[in-house]
Amino acid sequence: MEVGEVQSPDSRSEDLPRVLMLCPPSVYTIFHAEFSKNFHFIKSYESTLPTDQFLSAYAADITALLLSGSGPPITADGVLCHLPSLKCIVPPPAGLDHVDLTECRRRDIAVANAGDIFSVDVADFAVALLIDVLRKISAGDRYVRSGLWSSNGNYGLGSKLIGRRVGIVGLGNIGSKVAVRLQAFGCRIFYTSRTLKPSALYEYCSDVYELANKVDILMICCALTDQTRHMVNKEVLSKLGKDGVIVNIARGAIIDENELVRCLVDNKIAGAGLDVFEHEPSVPKELFALENVVLSPHRAVFTLDSLRDMYEHVTGNLKAFFSGKPLLSRYVDD
Amino acid sequence: MESIGLLMLCPMNTYLEDELNKRFNLYKFWNYPDRKQFLSQNSASIRAVVGTATAGTDAELIESLPKLEIVSSFSVGVDNIDLVKCKEKGIRVTNTPDVLTDDVADLAIGLMLATLRRIPACDRFVRSGSWTIGQFKLTTKFSGKRVGIIGLGRIGAAIAKRAEAFGCPISYYSRTKKPDSKYTYYPTVVKLASNCDILVVACALTEETRHIINREVIAALGPKGVLINIGRGPHVDEPELVSALVEGRLGGAGLDVFEDEPRVPEELFKLDNVVLLPHAGSGTVETRTEMADLVLGNLEAHFLGKPLLTPLV
Repeated sequence: MEVGEVQSPDSRSEDLPRVLMLCPPSVYTIFHAEFSKNFHFIKSYESTLPTDQFLSAYAADITALLLSGSGPPITADGVLCHLPSLKCIVPPPAGLDHVDLTECRRRDIAVANAGDIFSVDVADFAVALLIDVLRKISAGDRYVRSGLWSSNGNYGLGSKLIGRRVGIVGLGNIGSKVAVRLQAFGCRIFYTSRTLKPSALYEYCSDVYELANKVDILMICCALTDQTRHMVNKEVLSKLGKDGVIVNIARGAIIDENELVRCLVDNKIAGAGLDVFEHEPSVPKELFALENVVLSPHRAVFTLDSLRDMYEHVTGNLKAFFSGKPLLSRYVDD
Repeated sequence: MESIGLLMLCPMNTYLEDELNKRFNLYKFWNYPDRKQFLSQNSASIRAVVGTATAGTDAELIESLPKLEIVSSFSVGVDNIDLVKCKEKGIRVTNTPDVLTDDVADLAIGLMLATLRRIPACDRFVRSGSWTIGQFKLTTKFSGKRVGIIGLGRIGAAIAKRAEAFGCPISYYSRTKKPDSKYTYYPTVVKLASNCDILVVACALTEETRHIINREVIAALGPKGVLINIGRGPHVDEPELVSALVEGRLGGAGLDVFEDEPRVPEELFKLDNVVLLPHAGSGTVETRTEMADLVLGNLEAHFLGKPLLTPLV
C-alpha cells in the first residue's frame, strides 16, 4: 500500500489497542493507513464537543496518548485530569515543553522521548541556515529569479565561515551534531549547557552571556524551559555584536523576538536564520524587508526519511506499552 | 610602476581597482564603448591585463597587445585565457588558487543543503505570507546521502572533508585515480552518477571537460538525483539540464554558474527544487580581498623581476 492511501475501516479495528489524539501529528497524517493496522485512534479533534467534555465522555479508560507538536498544552488541570487511566504519552518531534512533566511524574505516566530521530535533520537545517545567511544563498537565489543579475550586475559579497567562532546553546542530541558539522568547516566551537560535558572537546562557557562575548555566531539548540524563555535578550544580542549571526531551530520563545527584530532592523547584529518564532505562524513583518535574514516555516524536522523513522519509533513504543513491556525510549529529566 | 599601462577587463573589486589605480596607469576596458579604437590608440603602452572568470583574454586580445607581458586572473579558473598563445609569446599567467578553496567548498555544501531542504523555497513561502499551521512539505534529508565529486583537486577534497562530517559516503571521478585517497573511485562520470545521490562538478574547465554533464550523465543521476555545479557553466549541457529539470527526469540542481552569465534560463525560475546563484563561489569580502592581494602581489613580483607567487604559465 502506498503512503497516504486510505484503507476502509477494518472490522477488527474495535479489537485494536486504543490511542487518543487531541491533534494529529505529521507522522500520523503521512502514515495513518499503516498506523490503523495496529491501533484504533480516538480523535477528539473530530468531535464538535469541547475537548474537556469529549475527554470526560469518551476517554476515561484511555491508557495511551499520541501527541502532536502543535497540539494543545498537556496540562494537569486542562487535560490530564480528564484522563484518569492514562499511563503512556508518546510525543513526536523533540519538544516536550508543552507537557506538564511534573504531573506525569506524579501520576507515574511514562513519557517516551523522540530520541535521536530528528536531531540529524534539525542539525543539518541549522547548518544550512547559517551558510545561507553568511553566503546569501536565499537572497542570491531571489536576486537571480527577479532578473536583477542581468540588469544590475553581481550581488553583494557574503562573509567567510572558516575560522569563525561559533557558540552552541545546548549541547544535546542536536547541538552536538551541529558542533561536529561546523568543526569540519574549520569553525572554532564553544558551548553553553546546563552542565559541562566532560567528553566534549569544545570550550565550555558557564552561561549564554559569557558565550555571546566569546563568539560571533550563536546556534540555539536547547529546549524551551522556564529558565531558557527569553534567554537570548538585549544584553546577549549586544554582546554578540555587529558581526553577529544567530540561528534558531529550537523554539521561538528562547529569543526575545521584539528585541531581535530591533537589532536586525538597526544593524546591531549582522543577520539571522530562523525556523521558529514566538507566535507561529505569525512572523514579524519587519523581517520581510531584510536581505540578511533567512526565514523558514518550522520545517527543520520535516524530511520523509525522518518521518518514516518516527513512524517506526512511535509504533515500537506503543506496541511495547500495550504488551506490558518498558518503553523503547523513556524520557528522563536530567 | 605608475607609468606601466595595465588593462582591467571589467569591474571586479573596488579595493583592487583602487590599488591598481595607485600603482599603474590603469585603463578600464568597460569605459570604452569602441574597443577597437581604444586598442589601436593605447595598445603600445599596455604591459599587463587583469581579468576574471567571466572576462577572459583570448588570442585576439593577445594579438592586439604587442607589449603584453603578464595576464593576472582574478579567479582560479583560467579556461577563458588562451594559455597556448601566452606560452608561445612568453606571456606570464597567474591565477588565485588556495585562497578561495574554503569559500567555494562551503558554498557547494550550502547549495546541497539549500537544494535538498528547499531553503529558498521555505524563505519565499514565509515572505509571501502563506504560512498557516498544518501546511508542510516534506524535503529530503541531506546527511548520509552519497556524494559524487568530479575532480578531486583542492576544492573537491575540501568538499569531501565537509560532506564526511554529515556522514555522506564520498566517491569521485578524475582523470587518474588518486592512489592514496580513501574515497571510492569510478573510472567514468556515468558510473559515478549512477552510484551517487548528489553529483558535484569541481574540476577545471578544459576541452575534455566541456559538457561533461550531458544527457547520459543526467539520466544516470536520475529523478531523485541532484546536480551541484560550482565549476563553470560550460561543464554542463545547459539545455539538456533545463529540460531534465522541467520534465522531472532530474531531482534537483544547485547552480552557481551558467553557460552564458549573467543569463539564466528562465524555465528554472518556477522550480522549487532548484537553487540559482549569481556566481558567488568566492564571494566573501575576506576572500575577494585575499584574491586581490594575490593579483597585486603577482604583478608587483613580475615588474620587480622577482619570482611570481602563483604562476600557471
